[in-house]
Amino acid sequence: MKIGVFVCHCGSNIEGTVDTAAVAAAAREFPGVAFATDTMYTCSEPGQEEIVNAIKEHQLDGVVVASCTPRMHEQTFRRTVERAGLNRYLFEMANIREHVSWIGKDREANTNKATDLVRMAASKLLHNRPLLSKQFDINKRVLIIGGGVAGIQAALDCAEGGLEVVLVEKTTTIGGKMAKLDKTFPTVDCSCCILGPRMVDVAQHPNITLYAYSEIEEVSGYVGNFDVKVKKKATYVDWDKCTGCGICMTKCPSKKATDYFNEGIGKTTAINIPFPQAIPKKAKIDADFCMKLQKGKCGICAKVCPSGCIDFTQQDEFVTEKVGAIVAATGFDLFDWTVYGEYGGGRYPDVITSLQYERMLSASGPTGGHIKRPSDGKEPKNVVFIQCVGSRDKSVGRPYCTGFCCMYTAKQAILTKDHLPESQTYVFYMDIRATGKNYDEFTRRAMEEYNAKYIRGRVSMIYPKGDSLLVRGADTLMGTQVEVDADLVVLAVGAEAAAGAAGLAEKLRISYDSYGFYMEGHPKLKPVETNTAGVYLAGSCQGPKDIPSSVAQGSAAASKVLGLFSKDKLASDPQVSVVDIKRCIGCGKCMKTCPFGAIKEIDFRGMKKAEVIETVCQGCGICTSTCPQGAAQLQHFTDNQILSEVNALCQF
Amino acid sequence: MPVLKGKELRIVGFLCNWCSYGGADTAGVGRFNQPTDLRIIRVPCSGRIDPLFIMKTLMNGADGVLVSGCHPRDCHYAEGNFYARRRLEVLHRFLPILGFEPGRFEYTWVSASEGQRWQQVVTRFTEQIHKLGPAPKIAGPEASATLRQMEAVL
Repeated sequence: MKIGVFVCHCGSNIEGTVDTAAVAAAAREFPGVAFATDTMYTCSEPGQEEIVNAIKEHQLDGVVVASCTPRMHEQTFRRTVERAGLNRYLFEMANIREHVSWIGKDREANTNKATDLVRMAASKLLHNRPLLSKQFDINKRVLIIGGGVAGIQAALDCAEGGLEVVLVEKTTTIGGKMAKLDKTFPTVDCSCCILGPRMVDVAQHPNITLYAYSEIEEVSGYVGNFDVKVKKKATYVDWDKCTGCGICMTKCPSKKATDYFNEGIGKTTAINIPFPQAIPKKAKIDADFCMKLQKGKCGICAKVCPSGCIDFTQQDEFVTEKVGAIVAATGFDLFDWTVYGEYGGGRYPDVITSLQYERMLSASGPTGGHIKRPSDGKEPKNVVFIQCVGSRDKSVGRPYCTGFCCMYTAKQAILTKDHLPESQTYVFYMDIRATGKNYDEFTRRAMEEYNAKYIRGRVSMIYPKGDSLLVRGADTLMGTQVEVDADLVVLAVGAEAAAGAAGLAEKLRISYDSYGFYMEGHPKLKPVETNTAGVYLAGSCQGPKDIPSSVAQGSAAASKVLGLFSKDKLASDPQVSVVDIKRCIGCGKCMKTCPFGAIKEIDFRGMKKAEVIETVCQGCGICTSTCPQGAAQLQHFTDNQILSEVNALCQF
Repeated sequence: MPVLKGKELRIVGFLCNWCSYGGADTAGVGRFNQPTDLRIIRVPCSGRIDPLFIMKTLMNGADGVLVSGCHPRDCHYAEGNFYARRRLEVLHRFLPILGFEPGRFEYTWVSASEGQRWQQVVTRFTEQIHKLGPAPKIAGPEASATLRQMEAVL
């Protein structure tokens, strides 16, 4: 083999701490290397041309590029060598940026290490073989998990693009967090008036199948051909018959059920429809509070229901859907603020969360849009907002900024003044982060037009004083202590990964960060892809986001899915396992260990043998390290290839 | 290249592509400084790592071997790291029987977002290997015969 080695300067990123010319010079002595040079920016157009020209000029049949991580540019250079007529797998990369030049400043050690990495790559390349991909059929249906605003947007965009969409929502209605909001910043537009019609579109779109009150049980398969098992949880109501009339709610005697939609402000009935605009508008029985299900007597709802849809014997049901792509849009949950003892830890009824306050402001909420203290139902006069509750606080494991709390607090301060003109609002803040279109102007309006008093500092303690609360904190701009008599305290709780996000990630085989937010393929260039082909992200499951960003990402995910499905067949990755039939003894261990069922038993002249189904194999190589005969070999990562890297390193 | 005398020892890493290799990249992007001894071999999954790779690496004269994969339950291939965990745990206990100090081999889990954790893992493991010093080399006139014998055992 005639190998060409290209050592990239990456401007000064690599050249700053690695002597690339020395690396290239050393590489010329490696077995098989016919040409080696250092280049300024290998990934640039002239850089790639240099590779193409060198392949032609020196009749190279293998290329090593020593530059950044292969996770960044392997695809780029594979295309380059392909342009010059080489097979794309006759290419190797040495990562001398992320793994060398960026993690140390010792030029001698770095140059030495970079040379080693090039030697490893070149010696692996000597064992590389050309690989060709196969075409396989795809199922042009898409599964969207989560019916919040991001999921709704992705579902509608995909459906409008002509795809069949399966939308799975955990609760009984789509709409997500946005449906709970009264108004949205920075326009103070009515949240449900914007979202409501979109929800109706989902219900009416002929291409969308909606599974509400359902969860993902199991996902198998791969890009283009996923099998998804959906669990339809028992609602004890036959939704095919339920008309959403709500008579059951008026007659249900169990009126102490937790009102999840209203964030626990007020109570609801055991059988209920969460809110008037719910999609689907169907009733569900909360089994924990239903007298019939708990004690066996009652059944009033079944008597009054005009369509006879109550079914106390209903069980969870499972359906399997075949899809080609999956969009995770599972959103976020609110931080549990009760860990803050200084805010009362949940002991004071008049300390509430921002989302509870939002429900109170909403005309469809439990108070009918009137701001009332939960303790005595009186209108508050002084309302104190505390920001960064569970944001930017290392002590509770939430060092990140949620990003939208500054804005919704300003909005709530404005709405408070609208609802109660005599009221006075105070906002304890750390910094105002209003970095969107018209955002900063909006927070200014809250201060200047609506006279919200912004105090820069943290609250150290809230304690009861008479029938109000004394809020004590610091004003760090004035350098003084401040005390405010508050009738109501609203905590701007931050966002955290949704409960169950990790469990779903395991089913989807995608990664999540230390906070539980799903990892995008690349923080800059692949914001909606994941590292699992065919699985995309939308909305706050990837990180806290406000509504415009969630909608944008929903559309972006949809466009990725539409792009994927623009082809009738997909090319399989040829880095798959292959069984050498002469070595195979038919022990069947590989079949047992394969996580994808990609190895089948075949009969070869009366002998039992294993065979890999190429389009199903995902290329993990578990079979290769299981096979006692070395018969199963993962292409591009064979035993010989890996050991040649070991030998390149450990010969001195 | 030979190891830098007095400065470095030969440490080989086997990292899965999806989590730990990405974590090492994240550490690089974040400029988390690390000792330069480690050379990383990329494999698709920790489940691809045959314990024999580690044995051959140690027999060929490496002073330390570090394996890192996705956290259990977060494997890109669903269950590859479970296989890795079982195999590597057995190997770890088996090392003294073959005459290798168990401290020269370690396996750990680092996700693609854990750049800082990767820095800590590399720094700590490198220090550990430096404390153990260079591994005794199989040398002398009998060396090749000994190596052949060991290979036969494996």
